[in-house]
Amino acid sequence: MNNEAIKELLYKMADDLLILGHRNSEWTGMGPLLEEDIAFSSMAQDKVGQSLALYQLLHQLGEQDPDTVAFTRNAGQFHNAIITELPNAEYDFSLVRHFLFDTADALRWQMLTRCAYTPLAQLAAKVRGELRYHTLHANTWIKKLGSATDESVSRLQHSLDELMPYALGLFEPSPYEADLIADGLFQGEAVLQQRWLAAIESVLAPTHLQLPDVVLIAPVVGGRQGQHSPHLQPLLDEMSEVFKIDPAAEW
Amino acid sequence: MVTDISGIDKKTVLEWLEAVKDPEIPVLSLVDMGVITHVEVSGKRVAVEMTPTFVGCPAMDIMKQEVAQLLTQKGLEPTVNVSFREPWSSDKISEKGKAALKKFGLAPPPSHAALIHDIDFLEHVPCPRCHGTDTELRNPFGPTLCRSIHYCRTCQEAFEQFKPVG
Repeated sequence: MNNEAIKELLYKMADDLLILGHRNSEWTGMGPLLEEDIAFSSMAQDKVGQSLALYQLLHQLGEQDPDTVAFTRNAGQFHNAIITELPNAEYDFSLVRHFLFDTADALRWQMLTRCAYTPLAQLAAKVRGELRYHTLHANTWIKKLGSATDESVSRLQHSLDELMPYALGLFEPSPYEADLIADGLFQGEAVLQQRWLAAIESVLAPTHLQLPDVVLIAPVVGGRQGQHSPHLQPLLDEMSEVFKIDPAAEW
Repeated sequence: MVTDISGIDKKTVLEWLEAVKDPEIPVLSLVDMGVITHVEVSGKRVAVEMTPTFVGCPAMDIMKQEVAQLLTQKGLEPTVNVSFREPWSSDKISEKGKAALKKFGLAPPPSHAALIHDIDFLEHVPCPRCHGTDTELRNPFGPTLCRSIHYCRTCQEAFEQFKPVG
């Protein structure tokens, strides 16, 4: 097994989940209705927990302990896709991001249930079941609001158009694509993107929303290599504030 | 209270662990919840393997400590590890555990969670109070990661379900 290849995969997944988990947690107390406040807070808790499980696998492979990895790196050392770090903006934006990201994430974990690296395959078997609730939540709201009023449809469409180039950045190829595929670790970003597009299309089909033509969109890439938007570093500063004051603090 | 530990076996350890409850659902023991996946006894040493209901479950550390504490009090030398070797599913909750959930006011999860693939499994969950099925899903997320929120049209009250996960 190529250790560098599996580490690259684990880091980008863990960083996606930690950063989007943090963004989701920013809805706590701010949700447009109580149920959505609870939903985004619960998904935040799931995602941060899943990122911890991935950082623990990395620790077993010789990386630093999870807290050090999560709280002491700078933006340039994070491998999350840029879509996860964008500020929450309005609810429609967060909802569309949740839909685009979680559809991809659920498919990725599904593919990893067959990963040749057993600890990741075992974790994937567990996480896959949990993610059904995330995709169920996203699909329910996209279908409802995507066919409701002129305002809800136009808001979602606007966010969909804005987010598609960033969503495509989730599938930025790894330098290890060939190794991952050859070693039976992961079937690769291209296969994932294809399955994701089919899944997105089938949810949007019964709504009034139009899927932008992905062939005409330039993906926003760079996140996997540590090239981020100006929004990531302030998020990290806030997230690590307590840790940096007192690394031994319990809260 | 240190017990005579000569000749204790896995069965005894599991009986003792009945005393450790889920901190968020104090009527449900960890054994009945199905999160204790392996127990291996060798003289004074006992190795316990646990697995979380949800990967992000914040109660895991406390449960781990309580298991270790109880077994230490019994005079054993426990090691408690968290593993995903045998992942938790809601089918791991025992019948006794499901009855305890219902008595606590939480709808127990239906069986065969792994076979459930669409959202119908969350609609028409039987109400734990009146057993009626004229209910609807209000939110797939609830006050803890393992609960969803439903509404019973017969009782005209909200209730929670322990989520099926497969």
